[in-house]
Amino acid sequence: MSATDTMTTSAASGGQPRVFHVEDEHHAEGGSTMLGFWLYLMSDCLIFAMLFAAYGVLGGNYAAGPSPKDLFDLPLVAINTTMLLLSSITYGFAMLTMERGRVGATQGWLVVTALFGIAFVSIELSEFSHLIHDGAGPQRSAFLSSFFTLVGTHGLHVTFGLIWMVTLMVQVARHGLVTANRRRLMCLSLFWHFLDVIWIGVFTFVYLMGFLR
Amino acid sequence: MFAQSSFLKLVFGRLTFDAFPIHEPILVVTFLGVATGGIAVVGAITYFKLWGYLWREWFTSVDHKRIGVMYMVLGIVMLLRGFADALMMRMQQAMSFGDSQGFLPAHHYDQIFTAHGVIMIFFVAMPLVTGLMNFVVPLQIGARDVSFPFLNNFSFWMTVGGGVLVMMSLFVGEFARTGWLAYPPLSGIAYSPDVGMDYYIWGLQVAGVGTTLSGINLIATIVKLRAPGMLMMRMPVFTWTALCTNILIVASFPVLTAVLVLLSLDRYVGTDFFTNDFGGNPMMYVNLIWIWGHPEVYILVLPVFGIYSEVAATFSGKSLFGYTSMVYATVCITILSYLVWLHHFFTMGSGASVNSFFGITTMIISIPTGAKIFNWLFTMYRGRIRFELPMMWTVAFMLTFVIGGMTGVMLAVPPADFVLHNSLFLVAHFHNVIIGGVVFGVFAGISYWFPKAFGFKLDRFWGLMSFWFWVVGFYFAFMPLYVLGFMGVTRRLRHFDDPSLQIWTFIAAFGAVLIFLGILSFLVQIFVSIRNREALRDLTGDPWNGRTLEWSTSSPPPAYNFAFTPLVHDLDAWWDMKKHGYRRPLEGFKPIHMPRNTGAGVILSAIAVVFGFAMVWYIWWLAALSFVVLVLTAIIHTFNYDRDFYFPKEDVVQAEGERTRLLAAQA
Repeated sequence: MSATDTMTTSAASGGQPRVFHVEDEHHAEGGSTMLGFWLYLMSDCLIFAMLFAAYGVLGGNYAAGPSPKDLFDLPLVAINTTMLLLSSITYGFAMLTMERGRVGATQGWLVVTALFGIAFVSIELSEFSHLIHDGAGPQRSAFLSSFFTLVGTHGLHVTFGLIWMVTLMVQVARHGLVTANRRRLMCLSLFWHFLDVIWIGVFTFVYLMGFLR
Repeated sequence: MFAQSSFLKLVFGRLTFDAFPIHEPILVVTFLGVATGGIAVVGAITYFKLWGYLWREWFTSVDHKRIGVMYMVLGIVMLLRGFADALMMRMQQAMSFGDSQGFLPAHHYDQIFTAHGVIMIFFVAMPLVTGLMNFVVPLQIGARDVSFPFLNNFSFWMTVGGGVLVMMSLFVGEFARTGWLAYPPLSGIAYSPDVGMDYYIWGLQVAGVGTTLSGINLIATIVKLRAPGMLMMRMPVFTWTALCTNILIVASFPVLTAVLVLLSLDRYVGTDFFTNDFGGNPMMYVNLIWIWGHPEVYILVLPVFGIYSEVAATFSGKSLFGYTSMVYATVCITILSYLVWLHHFFTMGSGASVNSFFGITTMIISIPTGAKIFNWLFTMYRGRIRFELPMMWTVAFMLTFVIGGMTGVMLAVPPADFVLHNSLFLVAHFHNVIIGGVVFGVFAGISYWFPKAFGFKLDRFWGLMSFWFWVVGFYFAFMPLYVLGFMGVTRRLRHFDDPSLQIWTFIAAFGAVLIFLGILSFLVQIFVSIRNREALRDLTGDPWNGRTLEWSTSSPPPAYNFAFTPLVHDLDAWWDMKKHGYRRPLEGFKPIHMPRNTGAGVILSAIAVVFGFAMVWYIWWLAALSFVVLVLTAIIHTFNYDRDFYFPKEDVVQAEGERTRLLAAQA
């Protein structure tokens, strides 16, 4: 505390003067946002933890129906995983260009990211429709219920991330890379990478280990 | 004819005229009562032209103090509903012996005990505790508001939205008949095909969004917005317990959300998570819901432990005994609360090793809790105790809660639990800790902080009436249930064959009537206090000779809380300031950066209620429409960048000058 903070001083019993007030605001605007968003992500992570746990408990309950080996198309899932991982990298480029204040480049990388995201969601939807078409829908067995819920919840998150991304692109176009927009892009960045991490869990735990079951 | 009915189905889903319970006299009378009361309130607000004031100053307010007060109002209103259910259950059980069937048909009685539990936990205890945290925490840490003021408003309205859905089930359709945690397969579509379970699910989901977000908000507030100098180990104990509680909220409510999503998928989509066939596992639901449910118990009780700590220190005129151990005990309980969930269903048959583990962890929790009790006792020891109302509630808590804690340890012993599981002994135990802990604590908190919120104390006589009716009523209402539980009477029974048990349910009903008088006295206390507010007025802002920062500002505090952010040097910051000859600053004021009010929270919550209602009644077009509108509204809200303003310096000067004049006039 500097000397300018001195507002109220008093001779304390110990003889030491005490300052009881700060003159300047000490909280930067939006200073809690990253922490708050991080906390939200952790709460979301718990939702996924529950879904993973449900899959862990129910994932072997085929109810005389198909098992992962009968259903999963690993090369397709590998392509899908690549889409999502690439989208994380391109989002990283968007953030780097944002740091340099280049609006056009940021928007460009966001478009690329969104395209990868759309590719991911499309491939996932086609996988789902194939499964349902083959009679392996979420109602078939507890294994498929938990599979569709876990993977579908992740897909829903990606979809919301895409809606959010488009919203932010409009806002960046309107207001440029102002502080508020930078903060929002940072939040979406956390969200997007978070979904990547979750997907790595899904890919490993559901698809790869599904083949080992 | 057929075409018309399928058209109606398309428009109204399964909502038909049969959904309105006009053939149930109890509900019709209740509806008339509620409608009359509602019309009277709405009429009065319209007559006195208060809508504009309420909308501008309260509903759209992002001020944590106002939101806190609104949470309290919500909790008290819902308490009346939840308690009406309790009274009806007690009457039914007192009457329904032998040939008499009582006055409640089974399907109605089952809804009542479900609604009682759901409402009391989610819409009474949670709002009351959240309201106190919202009001007090920013003041205690010397902050101007919470970290995310709009989110705070939104959270409150989502909680209201959930409450609205649950209340709606009273008059449109019915409520769940499953018990408050809705175990499958009973809560699955096969055994509960009607709308009651769906009201339950969507009511809790809507409210749960609010609770989770308010948890995130308060953690960020406590971590980020503490006044300079307030290190973690200088935080008031109430703030510490609030921090731990909100960590618990953020780490447990997502589990509830997830498990209810899985249950709704079972009900709406036909998945097999908790069904008996196709590989489903109903016990997984029980596990998951208690992984949320046990921390929930501590979400409720930790903040009131904080309240008792503040009250015991203030009214003993001493600093809290064992501050550090109190903090560590709180943190220990926070962690342990995740390691005990299985004690709610030892009878699942998970085997001796698993049951022993959970039995032992449960018993371990009583150690930090016991440490807290001793800390409060030693705080009082050789203190100059003032038996004001908050202190009386605290003493009643210490006596009552210890009994509840001991019966809890009994239930933690798996072999004993196999006998007592699901009996009235259990019901007596958790009411003993929730009423003796949470409710008493909330009343202590209300009477302690009411003068801070409104600038005048609560009336002592009616407070004492409420206190004695509640405390005595509690013992009359629940001690008989311990006895009945030992005799093997299970919970949720509508009818008894053995007439020798009737005396006990009769005593319990008498106790419920005493508690009813306690609630009435509390309402009278509020009314009388408002009427006599001039006589009860406190101008100092520090009516109890308090120790923490909330007492350093005026009562009620100005919108900006503190004209200058305080600088903290020690634990019990305000006590420290008073001890060191603090003088209020009289000049040098500056404009203060403040968030702007917004109606977005009310609007979003209203749309969420419409969505929930449409989902309950299978009105798919409305559900889809309201969901799209909900998302669009949220997006449109983010296009508003103009969210704050500077509270003008002149207004600060005027408000502070006014206070200086009042203080001078009093001196």
